[in-house]
Amino acid sequence: MFILVAGGGKVGSNLARALTRMGHEVTIAEQRRERFVQLEDEFEHAAILGDATELFVLERAGIARPPDLVVAVTGDDEDNMVICQMARERYGAQKVIARVNDPRNEPHFDLLGISPTVSATQTIMALIEHEVPEHELIHLLELRKENLEIVEVQIDKASPSAGKRVSGLDLPAGSRLISVMRDGHAEIPDAETELRAGDQVLAILEPGKEDELRKVLLKK
Amino acid sequence: MKAIVVGCGRVGSAVAKKLTKSGWDVTAIDENEEALARLGEHWTGGFVVGHGMDVHVLREAGIEEADAVVVATNGDNTNIVVGQVAQKRFGIECTVVRILDPARAELYATLGLRTVCPTSAAIEVLSDAIKSCVVKPARASAAAS
Repeated sequence: MFILVAGGGKVGSNLARALTRMGHEVTIAEQRRERFVQLEDEFEHAAILGDATELFVLERAGIARPPDLVVAVTGDDEDNMVICQMARERYGAQKVIARVNDPRNEPHFDLLGISPTVSATQTIMALIEHEVPEHELIHLLELRKENLEIVEVQIDKASPSAGKRVSGLDLPAGSRLISVMRDGHAEIPDAETELRAGDQVLAILEPGKEDELRKVLLKK
Repeated sequence: MKAIVVGCGRVGSAVAKKLTKSGWDVTAIDENEEALARLGEHWTGGFVVGHGMDVHVLREAGIEEADAVVVATNGDNTNIVVGQVAQKRFGIECTVVRILDPARAELYATLGLRTVCPTSAAIEVLSDAIKSCVVKPARASAAAS
């Protein structure tokens, strides 16, 4: 694959190195001269000096071919959004991946249809949620484009769903249980599956249905 | 009629004052509190300190009731994103965005953003000014050699 990496900081340079090792063709654009000099040592002609939100810089980095993948990982969210938009709208790049530096900007990426996005803060928050048991409903995966998400809940003795069959649960419309993990085994539940205390249940649902689902599965 | 001006620098503040004079109810937004001084001592419009990318700041400035938004911060990419947020998220059709880079201004104009590029305007004006000078051939060739 031909991959254009915009932003040659820690994230960008490590990505470019890994991708190059995997045998991909990579160009990496960086606007800070000192940083660029280091990149040039390592990546030689594949390193491009300049602001990747300037069309002529993108073009020197090969945007017009266009790349199979454009990865925008600068430290500036506006820049990442504009790079992805221009790559797609002007040059027809099919796949883009953007880094979100400030999670508050995530809705802007969504608004502009830039997906997938990667946010270190969000990822760490998700891990914390996973580790902290008080958060009863753990977000495992957000399928933004599909407007669906996958969550995990732990059934305990006091849960109203413990001892009930799936068919007997009044699950909210737009949600479905997709797996039940018990004694280290996962199974795909059907209407007859009975939930028990200690089960780890995965559910897929439309965002916004979390509270309804929590009520049915967990609330006393 | 209510207008929001995002970025209260030399351009933004002047636009804010001009709109106020012609009867608009204007609220300016700038990251820097001191930008308020640019609006003059008798500023009667609104002023919100904050970043235009911050939806709370836009709401505080009253974007939900706004009829027009002018985006003129000193960052092209910030303007491009804020302009699209005003247009697409808040549905403000009359959103005008200042973009200094002619290439991006042209591209985003084709994507449906009302862009204004002072750089292109300057290029036109400067070229025309040169064309209107009467340059004597001798002098022109002397300068060339």
